[in-house]
Amino acid sequence: MTDATLHGGHAAPRSLLATDARTRRRKAAETRFRLYGLTAVGLGLVALVFLMWSILGNGMGAFRQTYFEIPVELSEATLDKSGTRDPAVMKKVTTVGYGKILQKALEAELAARNIDTGTMKAKDVMGLLSKEAPADLRNMVLADPALVGQTITFEAFATSRVDGYFKGRVTMESAARDSNISPEQLAVAQKMADAGLITTQFNLGFLSMPDASELRPEAAGLGVAILGSAYMMFIVLLLALPIGVATSIYLEELAPKNKWTDMIEVNIANLAAVPSIVYGILALALFINFMGLPQSAPIVGGLVLTLMTLPTIIIATRAALKAVPPSIRDAALGVGASKMQAIFHHVLPLAMPGILTGTILGLARALGESAPLLLIGMVAFVKDFPAAPPEGLMQPATALPVQVYQWTQRSDPAFVERASGAIIVLLAFLLIMNAVAIILRRRFERRW
Amino acid sequence: MSVGLLSLIVLGLAVLGYLLGRQRALSAVKGDPRALHSLPSYYGASVALFTAVPALLVMVVWLFLQPTILETRTAALIPQENIAASGGNISLVMADVRRIAEGLDAVAARAGLDEAGIQAMRADLSDMRSRLAEVGVALGANVDPAVFEAAKTYRSLGNSLHSAMALVVLLAAALGFAFALWRISPQLRARNLVEQFIQVLLIASSLIAVATTFGIIASLVVESWHFFRLYPAGDFFFSTTWNPQFRGGSSLGLWPLVWGTLYVSFIALLVAAPIGLMAAIYLSEYAGPKMRATAKPLLEILAGIPSIVYGLFALVTVGPLLRDYFAQPLGLGDSSSSVMTAGVVMGIMLIPYVSSLSDDIINAVPQAMRDGSFGLGATQSETVKRVVLPAALPGIVGAVLLAASRAIGETMIVVMGAGAAAKLSLNPFEAMTTVTVKIVSQLTGDTEFASPETLVAFALGLTLFCFTLALNVLALVIVRKYREQYE
Amino acid sequence: MNDMRILDRDVSANTTKITARGVQVYYGENHALKDVDVDILAGTVTAFIGPSGCGKSTFLRCLNRMNDTVASARVLGEIKLDGEDIYDKRVDPVVLRARIGMVFQKPNPFPKSIYENVAYGPRIHGLTRSRSELDEVVETALKKAALWNEVKDRLQSPGTGLSGGQQQRLCIARAIATSPEVLLMDEPCSALDPIATAQVEELIDELRAHFSVVIVTHSMQQAARVSQRTAFFHLGHLVEYGETGQIFTNPRDPRTESYITGRIG
Repeated sequence: MTDATLHGGHAAPRSLLATDARTRRRKAAETRFRLYGLTAVGLGLVALVFLMWSILGNGMGAFRQTYFEIPVELSEATLDKSGTRDPAVMKKVTTVGYGKILQKALEAELAARNIDTGTMKAKDVMGLLSKEAPADLRNMVLADPALVGQTITFEAFATSRVDGYFKGRVTMESAARDSNISPEQLAVAQKMADAGLITTQFNLGFLSMPDASELRPEAAGLGVAILGSAYMMFIVLLLALPIGVATSIYLEELAPKNKWTDMIEVNIANLAAVPSIVYGILALALFINFMGLPQSAPIVGGLVLTLMTLPTIIIATRAALKAVPPSIRDAALGVGASKMQAIFHHVLPLAMPGILTGTILGLARALGESAPLLLIGMVAFVKDFPAAPPEGLMQPATALPVQVYQWTQRSDPAFVERASGAIIVLLAFLLIMNAVAIILRRRFERRW
Repeated sequence: MSVGLLSLIVLGLAVLGYLLGRQRALSAVKGDPRALHSLPSYYGASVALFTAVPALLVMVVWLFLQPTILETRTAALIPQENIAASGGNISLVMADVRRIAEGLDAVAARAGLDEAGIQAMRADLSDMRSRLAEVGVALGANVDPAVFEAAKTYRSLGNSLHSAMALVVLLAAALGFAFALWRISPQLRARNLVEQFIQVLLIASSLIAVATTFGIIASLVVESWHFFRLYPAGDFFFSTTWNPQFRGGSSLGLWPLVWGTLYVSFIALLVAAPIGLMAAIYLSEYAGPKMRATAKPLLEILAGIPSIVYGLFALVTVGPLLRDYFAQPLGLGDSSSSVMTAGVVMGIMLIPYVSSLSDDIINAVPQAMRDGSFGLGATQSETVKRVVLPAALPGIVGAVLLAASRAIGETMIVVMGAGAAAKLSLNPFEAMTTVTVKIVSQLTGDTEFASPETLVAFALGLTLFCFTLALNVLALVIVRKYREQYE
Repeated sequence: MNDMRILDRDVSANTTKITARGVQVYYGENHALKDVDVDILAGTVTAFIGPSGCGKSTFLRCLNRMNDTVASARVLGEIKLDGEDIYDKRVDPVVLRARIGMVFQKPNPFPKSIYENVAYGPRIHGLTRSRSELDEVVETALKKAALWNEVKDRLQSPGTGLSGGQQQRLCIARAIATSPEVLLMDEPCSALDPIATAQVEELIDELRAHFSVVIVTHSMQQAARVSQRTAFFHLGHLVEYGETGQIFTNPRDPRTESYITGRIG
């Protein structure tokens, strides 16, 4: 062994500027590796953009709705023979009756505008309108009996196929293969649009109306789902925040360090990783089977989401409590405060922004959770709004994410648009909650 | 008296107790708070706590137990032949009893009947079915007199239990109120008392987490046990066919579901692990602070998106795309829901999960390691590949295991993207099903808890729970060991 | 400081290895090093001394461009190795660092076997053609680092399992296995006990035969023991640079005198 061996690599000092083949190879490998990394980040971002683009592209249509504007004569003779304008009496005229009025008004309008319906049957002309339209008209009249005797301009929902035609989802070719609509009907609809009988407006009903049946996607809304989700979030906030904070205070500030508290901690860490569907099974077995609470009720959903959110809130709260420096506790104890007073007067207020941030993020997770809600019967078709709490908590409702799932299970493709629209609403809520959490953190975060 | 009103009364009493307690403590020392052991508000708080907490606890326990008591007492009234008539299933009869009982009030209100009138109603003399239908209670068959009597008992017993509850709760509140108020004297250590009370409440809260775990395990084990009494465990664990029949004679083999679950998870990890890991490496080793500050939160958005969104993405976009551009041209099938669809979408969901965990772990490798390598003239990629990654390997394995556990427990993506056919196939473009999909499909709709077809969901849930728990514990142990190495 | 041995070492007319002219270093807004001119000679141990934060480690890290890994660092001025500017745009820091090796303050063996630790440099630079050649390089390096006898029977056990002094000698072996021309040592003994320190110091003196060594040290005794030339840094300035004996016995600058007599620092 000589020095020559050890210095074999550089027998003579080479110039720093000369690069040999090996260095070039290593450079190339470096560049490749860097590129792989960049590609990975890029793929992740592309996936995000693609996901958003797909949801927005499919769902924006749900916020716009095509309406027929038809002058309708609400004659007293058919609607209120007694002339008392008493809604209880007027209820005797059924939806079918209003359907006939609407049909007559539509035919009259078509004739007045010289729109030729060709050989189409009256039923098919009426088929351009949503099946919900007569019921809408009836509700409108019952709500305001003074309308009887007047001629009003009624905005009737277009059926989902006509709606889709004006949004580009339905074409003449697809209509030819569709049993729900024919190209002739679409041609008439086009003529009506040319005549100015059709408007497209922001669809406020999508946010406020309850769900509608399989045949009326154009009338399906998120009202009940939003209310149900709100009830559940209310329950989660009411239960998970105090219980989570109490647990964290005990574990972080008061509990002795022993096997028992160790077990509680391991337990909480594991609960955070239990699949959500397992919580659904727990809710089904415990709340519904054993305790006999009603299916589809927001109270059950709220309870199960509370149990799911608790670990998140506990973990966030403990981190916030830990971030308060011990000197604050010492200062309080030093002037003779009890341990409880030190915690409740000093530590907890200082930890509050962190706790609230964690709670909001926990709520956001709970809002998007659907699997456990499927098992407690929230997939049911619910058309009636639940009452105000507390009774409403026991009445059937749905939730935003479950409503999405339910709509995807229906065969009419118009529901895909509704489902994507519902996702946009859900994401908007999540965005707001996260933004609030970030602002809270930015504004009140304290560095010690 | 409704539960809400009752709680309000108790809380009102507690507020009153607070004011009176404070007042009484102050008047005992002639308005000089310095002579008291504790601050006056603690005396008030002690009364309020003694009033509200025991009373509300009694109420909660009562509400918990009442349905069970009601159920057993009423079930005893139903003759055996009625149970036999509905397929030997008492729960079906009891469901009717509950619904009739609920309908009775509405019927009575409609007909203007009083309590005695309801008791006098007879199912064999009037057509109860149509009268109930009028108030929105639809029944499958005519009302049997015995069932109707049971329903009447159910209703009246329920009402009296409810009144008894109100009485007991109010009594508890009043007793607590009186006792606490009577105890107040200047020597009473009110602060210590209140603090002990609060400490007990805090401990009780922390036990809820334990109770949740206990509840999960108990409900899974008990219902699984019921399942295994009806269906041989050997068939469940070793059979390779899954074919539930709602008329009986189902084969409920676990394997096709486990295969589907593992296959989907495998593809998800195949997508998420390399992308997540490389992204983490890039962001922690290469990216400048600006890039890091933008790309990292953007990637983490993916983790904040609910799984239902991914499910819809799989159903409407990815599924048809994979079918039209891969499965059909390659002749591998024409189903838009497939293992591939669910796997790819789930992989996207898991990217930020893997990347943020790996990021933490890569950052935990000391800078001295990197310096040592750079000082020897290694390039950045050589340093990452030969020093950082080997050092971080245990932690990264832990991160991938955690991601795997999430993949196995994920529900919505597979429900909407993987399909429902239980198959043992290698073709990734075929629709297959997973454990979670079957839990959902066996438990949604009208569930009836006596058939193995429904109860199997609990056995599946237990399998899933054990699987994910084992993975999590393993991953946490590995990660913790790894952290200790550098502390 | 009575026991300080100032050896009369031969500082022959060695050739200049590294020349630095007008070196300035900024960390963000912080001007860490101001206008430093130094010549490092071949076959010599050069010590950088000075109080904490004086810029001596910063300057050391400039010499093999380790400051490149600190995002906020900016280096101005000129540093030449054998007459070539190491901050030239065309210079690959990887090639540079293969010729100017570095040993760090805290022993930082990789979490690999002893053998793999030493073989790391030769492997990435492709210095050997066969396994037996690599074995030979590893053995020579360990011998030069005076570690061979202690580890020859457990080359496959992890390097992190060695004692602190052994770990640091392993890091030195790792650095010299790449056969650099200059070896930079950043307070190599500060994490070691006195016995291990003595071993490493002895080693440094032997290494002088093959490499020029630049050592940053906190301890003036150490500088006096191991170096032939010494540079004194203070508040980012190079105050004085000369032969070790002269610096310690007859400093020209009052600040140097204050430092070595213990009045500042």
